[in-house]
Amino acid sequence: MSPSETTSVPGDGGYLPGTHPDLKPPSNVHGPVHWVKVNLFGSLTNTVLTLLVAYLLYTIIPQLADWMFFNAAFEGESRKACRAVAPDGACWAFIGNRLPLFIYGFYPEPERWRVDLSFLLLILALVPVLYDNMPHRGKALVYSCLYPLIAAFFLVGGIGLERVSTDQFGGLMLNVIIGVTGIAFSLPIGIVLALGRQSQLPIVRILCIGFIEFIRGVPLITLFFVAAVMLSYFVPPGTSFDLLVRILIMGTLFASGYMAEVIRGGLQAIPRGQYEAADAMGLTYWKSMRLIILPQAMKISIPGVVNTFIGLYKDTTLVIVIGRLDILGIGNSSLADTKWQGLSTEVYVFVAIFFFVSCFAMSRYSLWLEKKLHTGH
Amino acid sequence: MAETDTTSETGTPIQSSTGEEDIIQIVAMHKWYGEFHALKNINMNVKAQERIVVCGPSGSGKSTLIRCINRLEEHQQGQIVVNGIELSNDLKKIEEIRREVGMVFQHFNLFPHLTVLDNLTLGPIWVRNTPKKEAEEAAMKYLERVKIPEQANKFPGQLSGGQQQRVAIARSLCMNPKIMLFDEPTSALDPEMIAEVLDVMIGLAETGMTMIVVTHEMGFAKTVAHRVIFMDEGEIIEENEPHEFFDNPHHDRTKLFLSQILAH
Repeated sequence: MSPSETTSVPGDGGYLPGTHPDLKPPSNVHGPVHWVKVNLFGSLTNTVLTLLVAYLLYTIIPQLADWMFFNAAFEGESRKACRAVAPDGACWAFIGNRLPLFIYGFYPEPERWRVDLSFLLLILALVPVLYDNMPHRGKALVYSCLYPLIAAFFLVGGIGLERVSTDQFGGLMLNVIIGVTGIAFSLPIGIVLALGRQSQLPIVRILCIGFIEFIRGVPLITLFFVAAVMLSYFVPPGTSFDLLVRILIMGTLFASGYMAEVIRGGLQAIPRGQYEAADAMGLTYWKSMRLIILPQAMKISIPGVVNTFIGLYKDTTLVIVIGRLDILGIGNSSLADTKWQGLSTEVYVFVAIFFFVSCFAMSRYSLWLEKKLHTGH
Repeated sequence: MAETDTTSETGTPIQSSTGEEDIIQIVAMHKWYGEFHALKNINMNVKAQERIVVCGPSGSGKSTLIRCINRLEEHQQGQIVVNGIELSNDLKKIEEIRREVGMVFQHFNLFPHLTVLDNLTLGPIWVRNTPKKEAEEAAMKYLERVKIPEQANKFPGQLSGGQQQRVAIARSLCMNPKIMLFDEPTSALDPEMIAEVLDVMIGLAETGMTMIVVTHEMGFAKTVAHRVIFMDEGEIIEENEPHEFFDNPHHDRTKLFLSQILAH
């Protein structure tokens, strides 16, 4: 067989060498039918599992939907009223009735617009942080950096506004305050700790390692107890140090310790050649960190960073141990109301949905960000 | 025997040199990695606009030598003076030297999170405080010189190895260096891409750039170098102008190395 004959194999179109065009893949390797075949019924085990899951979904979903929506009562003044309308459904009237409490805690009613305003300003402050290609981002970021002060002013009051004690903060607003503060401050502190842990200066290194290991070795609840009880021993007598501020500090430090380790992982993944290229250019340490190393390390660390954020956000419910009622705490204590007794499922489902939505949003954002920052290497 | 040879050969010009025309002076320099004596009594002078090729078997210390010149490696004994500044632990002086010394790495070391253009302008903007627009114009000029202006807005990961290395050369040139160091610039490239990088380097040589090139490309050494330095086991064994070096090597180890490298 001569070489030219080998190309005219049946089914190959009989192209001569050098004349083979780019063809489309055969239709049986893509398309929805193919996807179902491969992914749902690819093997015997696969088929059995698919059918089993389908059966479970078939039995669970209609029941759940009935309870949550179709048989549920959305209005009513008490559990009795709910049950009269919807004997087998959820009593969402309870949540609706208590919604202000769930959101604002014990924040005085006439001042609640300040909380709403702070939420609104928070969303505005997040835009430049989350979207790096918005116009005038630099100026907008200045506002974002000032936001914590602005929010503190509106929430606590003082000059021109009635003072509201932080003891009255509660519900969802407490989760958001602790969560957002922790997230916003733990990232920069974590970066500094991670860099410090790699420092050539032994004292800096030892301090950073000591701090990180201490924080990671102690449960957050313990830190909250320390915040509630012990910190008052460390400040001069007579000076009162707001409990919420102490909680914020502890929550932030706790997240920073974890953040530092996540970012250290990212830093270690950066090849030495990147440090050398930056050095060879004459960049100073801080410039090479800021421009070359950290942007790459942070990109690698995104999943871990967001994981830590989500963990911290959910851990905000732990403030209950020192007598602060966040959304879960409010829910728990609402159950004691004789008018609404026995509706714990509704409360926990509501709280779960709230946390799921917030955390899922963070998770999706991080995936989007990862994709956006992917530059094909 | 070899050691006395080198010191007499390279030592003499150092003594006689006033240092005015030498842009790099290395005097009795030693380097250790822990217990390992990586560079032994290196004496080497480089004149402005001189082109030097450093060759030798792997592990001979040739990369370490040029990495000492911009302080990516620290030497423990002896003296290195670059562009009139002696290298010490003084960070300011190190940064001053690095501004004037460009380096091209074996693995390119482009910044993968930045576009090609941003890779090129980063140094000028952040080290030399050049205005962004000016830096970008200069960057485009250098990209044209390495023949890939059309890739300016791509990311390094989207380019071939040869293109990446040309970008890396352009990136170094954007800093307007007085000296260019090349650390095996073609060793990580597929064979068909070596020529395009060497072409750029030959073009650079024609502009009169001071170049120190660690390479196994002996053809490049023959056509471009003023001087070839052969190193083995941390020592400079032999140095000569390329014709003498290749046609009439003196030292046995040089002969062995050349026979090995030119055999295929």
